Amino acid sequence: MSDAQTDTQERQIDRSRMAVSEEVAIDIRNMNKWFGTFHVLRDINLTVQRGERIVVCGPSGSGKSTLIRCVNALEEHQKGSITVDGTLLSSDLKNIDKIRSEVGMVFQHFNLFPHLSILENCTLAPIWVRKVPKREAEETAMYFLEKVKIPEQALKYPGQLSGGQQQRVAIARSLCMKPRIMLFDEPTSALDPEMIKEVLDTMIALAEEGMTMICVTHEMGFARQVANRVIFMDAGQIVEQNEPEEFFLNPKSDRTKLFLSQILGH
Amino acid sequence: MSDTHAQTASFVRQEMLPESAPPLGQAGVLRWLRANLFSSVANGLLTLLSIYLIWFVLSAIMPWTLNGIWDAGSLSECREIRDARGLDSVACWAVINERWLQLLFGFYPTDNQLLASWFYADGLAAAGGLEAVFGPAANSTARIEFVGIMKSEVGNLAIFFFGYWRPLLALALLLPAVAPILYANLPRRMLLFSMAYPFIAVFLLWGGSVWGPVLVALGLVVTGLVAKEVGARAGALAGGLAAIVTFLAIYLNPLPFLELGGLFPLLPHVAGFIGDVIPIGLPAISSDDFGGFMLAIIIGTSGIVLSLPLGIALALGRQSTMPLICWVCVTFIEVIRGVPLIVWLFTASLLLNYFLPPGTDFDLLLRVIIMVTLFASAYLAEVIRGGLAALPTGQYEAADSLGLDYWKAMQLIVLPQALKISIPGIVNTFIGLFKDTTLVVFIGLRDPLGLTNAIRATGEWNGIYWELYIFVALLFFAFCFAMSRYSMYLERKLQTDHR
Repeated sequence: MSDAQTDTQERQIDRSRMAVSEEVAIDIRNMNKWFGTFHVLRDINLTVQRGERIVVCGPSGSGKSTLIRCVNALEEHQKGSITVDGTLLSSDLKNIDKIRSEVGMVFQHFNLFPHLSILENCTLAPIWVRKVPKREAEETAMYFLEKVKIPEQALKYPGQLSGGQQQRVAIARSLCMKPRIMLFDEPTSALDPEMIKEVLDTMIALAEEGMTMICVTHEMGFARQVANRVIFMDAGQIVEQNEPEEFFLNPKSDRTKLFLSQILGH
Repeated sequence: MSDTHAQTASFVRQEMLPESAPPLGQAGVLRWLRANLFSSVANGLLTLLSIYLIWFVLSAIMPWTLNGIWDAGSLSECREIRDARGLDSVACWAVINERWLQLLFGFYPTDNQLLASWFYADGLAAAGGLEAVFGPAANSTARIEFVGIMKSEVGNLAIFFFGYWRPLLALALLLPAVAPILYANLPRRMLLFSMAYPFIAVFLLWGGSVWGPVLVALGLVVTGLVAKEVGARAGALAGGLAAIVTFLAIYLNPLPFLELGGLFPLLPHVAGFIGDVIPIGLPAISSDDFGGFMLAIIIGTSGIVLSLPLGIALALGRQSTMPLICWVCVTFIEVIRGVPLIVWLFTASLLLNYFLPPGTDFDLLLRVIIMVTLFASAYLAEVIRGGLAALPTGQYEAADSLGLDYWKAMQLIVLPQALKISIPGIVNTFIGLFKDTTLVVFIGLRDPLGLTNAIRATGEWNGIYWELYIFVALLFFAFCFAMSRYSMYLERKLQTDHR
C-alpha cells in the first residue's frame, strides 16, 4: 500500500453526517454503449442513493471512465436509460444542460481553463450558467477555495500551481455550481505521490458533508474509508459490487481476486 | 556511489556554502563574445565573414542614400547637381520631396477653399474672393490656374495637414476606435465609438449628405430594437423574423414584384426628405479619386476588421457537426483559397456586374473590399481551425461538464484560447492582406505602385525607379512592422500558461 493510503487511514472519519437516504440520485438501467462496433459498456444496472459514495475500480480499458462520463452525457449511450435526479438523460439538449449543471465532474488531468485565473475558473460557470451576480459568485468561489485550502492562490493562473493544487481548484470549481452529485474520474492518477493525500483529504471532507459521489480510483485506502459500495468492472460490465470490507477481505469472483492481488500485492 | 560515501558511511553537512562569484572570463561581455561569436575556429571565421558582408553591402548603399539630393525640380536637375558635386551615383530624393502627397493620397481632391482662405488670403482677394474663384459661376480654367499657383505658394506640409484634413481626421479617429479593441484595459464605453466609427469614416472620406451614414446606422439600431422588443414579447424566432423584415424594408426592396411605386427601400426616401430640410454635408468625392497609400489603408483596415469575424465563423462552421453547414464552409474556403486573389479582383471589377440586377451601380472600391475580405477570411478560417485543433479535448469536456452551452463554451473557453494560439498566423494573414492591396493596381485603382507609374509618366521624373519604390516599401514596412510588434505584445500579455 502506498504512503497516501496509510496516511488517510490514520485520520478519524466523521461518519455522523454521511447517512444515505432512500431517495434515488442516479438510476442506470440496462445501459449499453458502443464505440463504433466496439461494445464498451454491457448491460449496466446501477442505482445510487442520495448521499451514497461509490468507488468504481477495475483494470484499464474496463469502461469505468466511460460509465461515469455517460452519467453527465460527455459520452452518449446507445441503449437503456440513465435518470439523474429524476431527469431522464436523452438527446434533448435542455435535459443535458440541466443534468450537467447539477452534476459536478473532476477529471484526471484537471482541465482547468489556463487563460483564466483561479478565481475566474471558479466563477465562470455560476455567472454564465446560473446567472449569479459577479460579487456573489466571487464570494462563493472564495468560500470553496478556502474549503480546499488554497484561497491565497485565487489570483494566480492554473499554470503557476502544482498538480495537487490544480486538482483541488478543479474540485472547488465544480462545487461552485452547488452540484448535488460529484463524479471523479481518476482524480489522483496524474499526481505525484506526495500530492495525492491533499486531494484525497479534500474528497474525504466532501464525503463527510454527505455529498453523493461516484469515484473512479485505484486508491483502495480511500475506498475502504469512505465508500459505501465498491464496484469492480471488467470488460465493460459490473463484475462484483459489495461493501468495502467484504469486497477487500472476501472477493467472490476470480477476476476480482486477480485484480486485487495485482494492485495490493506489491 | 561516490568515494565520500565509501569512506565515511554517514555524512552530515555542518555549514551551508556561501554564494560566490563566477571565475574570470565566465561572465559579462567577454563570455558573451566567446560563447556567441568565437566559440570555435569555424564560428570565428563565419563571424568575420559576416562582418565583412555587412560592411560590403552597407558601404554600397549608405553613401547613395545619405548623399541623396533633396532639392531639385526634375531628374535632369538632380543629375546636374550630382555632377556638380562630383559624385558617381546618388539617390534623387527630390522626387519624394515633391510628390509625397500624391503617393499618400493619389488624386484625392484637396480642400482648396479652406487652403485659399487660410493660407493664400491675399491671392484669393486679388483673384476676386471665394465666390469668384470657387462659386458656381466661376471659370473652371481660371480656378485650376489659381489652385496651381496657390499650391506652389502654400507648401506641401500645409496642404498635407489642411488640404487633406478629411482623410487625416478619419485616420486619426481610427486610433481611438481600434484602441479599446486592441487594449483590453481601456474603458469598455469606448467600444460605442468603435461601432460608430465606420459611419463617421465613410462620411469623412466620401462626403455627401451627413444623413446617409447617420440613417444607415440608425436603421441598424432600429432593426436591433425591433428584434429585441418583438423577441421579448413573442419569442426569439418571431423576433428574428421581424428583424429580417425590418432590415429588408429599410435597406432593400423586399417585394420587387409588387411594384409598390418605389416605396421600398425606405432609407433613401427618409434620407432625401431630411437632407432637403436640414442640408448638412461635405463635398462628395467619388471612389475613382481615391488612391495612394490611403487606398491601401482603407482596403487593408476594412479587410482586416471584416475578415476576422467571418474567418472565425467559417472555422467554427467547418468544425460543425451539422453536415450542411460544414459542407458550405468547406466549399467556400476551398474555392476562395484555391483561386488567386488577382482573379477574384478581376471578377469583382468585370464579371460581378453581369450577375447583379441590371441598373445596380455597385461601387468598385466596395467590391474590391468585399473580395479582399472574403479572400482573407478563407485563410483566417484555416489558421483559426489550427488553433481550435490545438486545444485539448479536456477543455471542451470541462466546459460541457460545467453546463455551458455551445455558444458560451466557444465564447468563454474555446475561442479565447484558440485565437491566442493562432495570433502569429492571424497577423501573418493580415500582413499578407495589407500588402496584397497593391494588386488593385491591375484593375485600375491607383494604389501607391500605380502612382509611381503615373509619376514616371511626367516629363520631369521620367526614368526614376529606386527612390519611389524605396519610399513605398518603407510605408508598407512601417505598417507591417507595427502589426508584427503588436502581435508580439499581445502574445506576451496573454501568456498565462507559464510553460
